[in-house]
Amino acid sequence: MARVIFNTDRCKGCGLCVTACPKQIVHINGDKVNAIGYNPAEVSEMDKCIGCAMCATMCPDCVIEVRR
Amino acid sequence: MEEKVVFARPSLLTDAPFHYCPGCTHGIVHRLIAEVLGELNVSRENVIGIAPVGCAVFAYDYFDCDMTEAAHGRAPAVATGIKRVHPDKVVFSYQGDGDLACIGAAETIHAAARNENITIIFINNGIFGMTGGQMAPTTLLGQYSTTCQDGRDPVLNGYPVHVCEMLSQLKGPQYIERVSTHDAANVLKAKKAIKKAFQYQLEGKGFSMIEVLVACPTNWKMTPVKALEHIKNEVIPYFPLGVYKDRG
Ligand SMILES: Cc1ncc(C[n+]2csc(CCOP(=O)(O)OP(=O)(O)O)c2C)c(N)n1
Ligand code: SF4
Ligand code: SF4
Repeated sequence: MARVIFNTDRCKGCGLCVTACPKQIVHINGDKVNAIGYNPAEVSEMDKCIGCAMCATMCPDCVIEVRR
Repeated sequence: MEEKVVFARPSLLTDAPFHYCPGCTHGIVHRLIAEVLGELNVSRENVIGIAPVGCAVFAYDYFDCDMTEAAHGRAPAVATGIKRVHPDKVVFSYQGDGDLACIGAAETIHAAARNENITIIFINNGIFGMTGGQMAPTTLLGQYSTTCQDGRDPVLNGYPVHVCEMLSQLKGPQYIERVSTHDAANVLKAKKAIKKAFQYQLEGKGFSMIEVLVACPTNWKMTPVKALEHIKNEVIPYFPLGVYKDRG
């Protein structure tokens, strides 16, 4: 089982992780605003995560930790 | 099976949040430098970095090692001095295209010609980011900036400067490569190049410069995702990726 953990209050909502994910499970939550005023990224169906770290590789702000 | 952390913030970065704009890939390059030095087992006591004038001016807050700040464009000269006094330390400068290829062009060329045993991480985002989007030496023909509002015109503004191509004509430098941050595969290639550059420095082989194509969504006036597509479709054809010099 793989999973990703977002340091949500560091996220700037840039969406680079969204396009990087081969499983297309990362999205920007437009209903949520984080501590620094952005709509943060999150994963909807974590069971589909393969732990490839593509999202984390593209994140400019080191928001994402990957565990496997 | 026990769960393992396979990707986390590297320990050579402090905990300070980057001040960069959303989607600015300066942050990716900071992380790669920290990851690579960790993988090469270079401890924080053994690295000295030089921050530029430009958006990366606060780099000294982000790297958890000794850092200094150079006057605009002078980082290769400062790096030279530090490396010659501390030959046992890994010394790197981190510079934008305005810093390295405009006001600091002379320092860059002569550090390369001397084959100084330093590593330069050169951020090419085609614009002066920090000061609000003026034309840089690397601004593409036809590209908008606040100082070429109808697009860069070669008659009025001259042609973009290809730093890797230029420096690779010198006899001095050890290793020159251009890489990009526009997708994960290229970020991993960029990491490999940065690692090789530091490896060469550790082996005492001399000057290495890795030019990294970076997005500036704010001043390009694009979304972060569009800015990466712009690198792929517009910037790379003009600034081809690859190894320009490697003396092995
Ligand atoms: C001697 C001097 N001249 C001009 C400036 C104004 N200035 C600050 S940053 C900058 C250019 C930054 O562009 P670049 O090096 O491309 O880095 P970026 O901000 O795009 O990362 C300039 C011209 C200055 N600070 N000092
Ligand atoms: S790449 Fe990083 S900062 Fe950008 S939306 Fe994803 S988690 Fe947030
Ligand atoms: S202005 Fe451009 S280079 Fe500077 S932080 Fe913003 S996106 Fe990055």
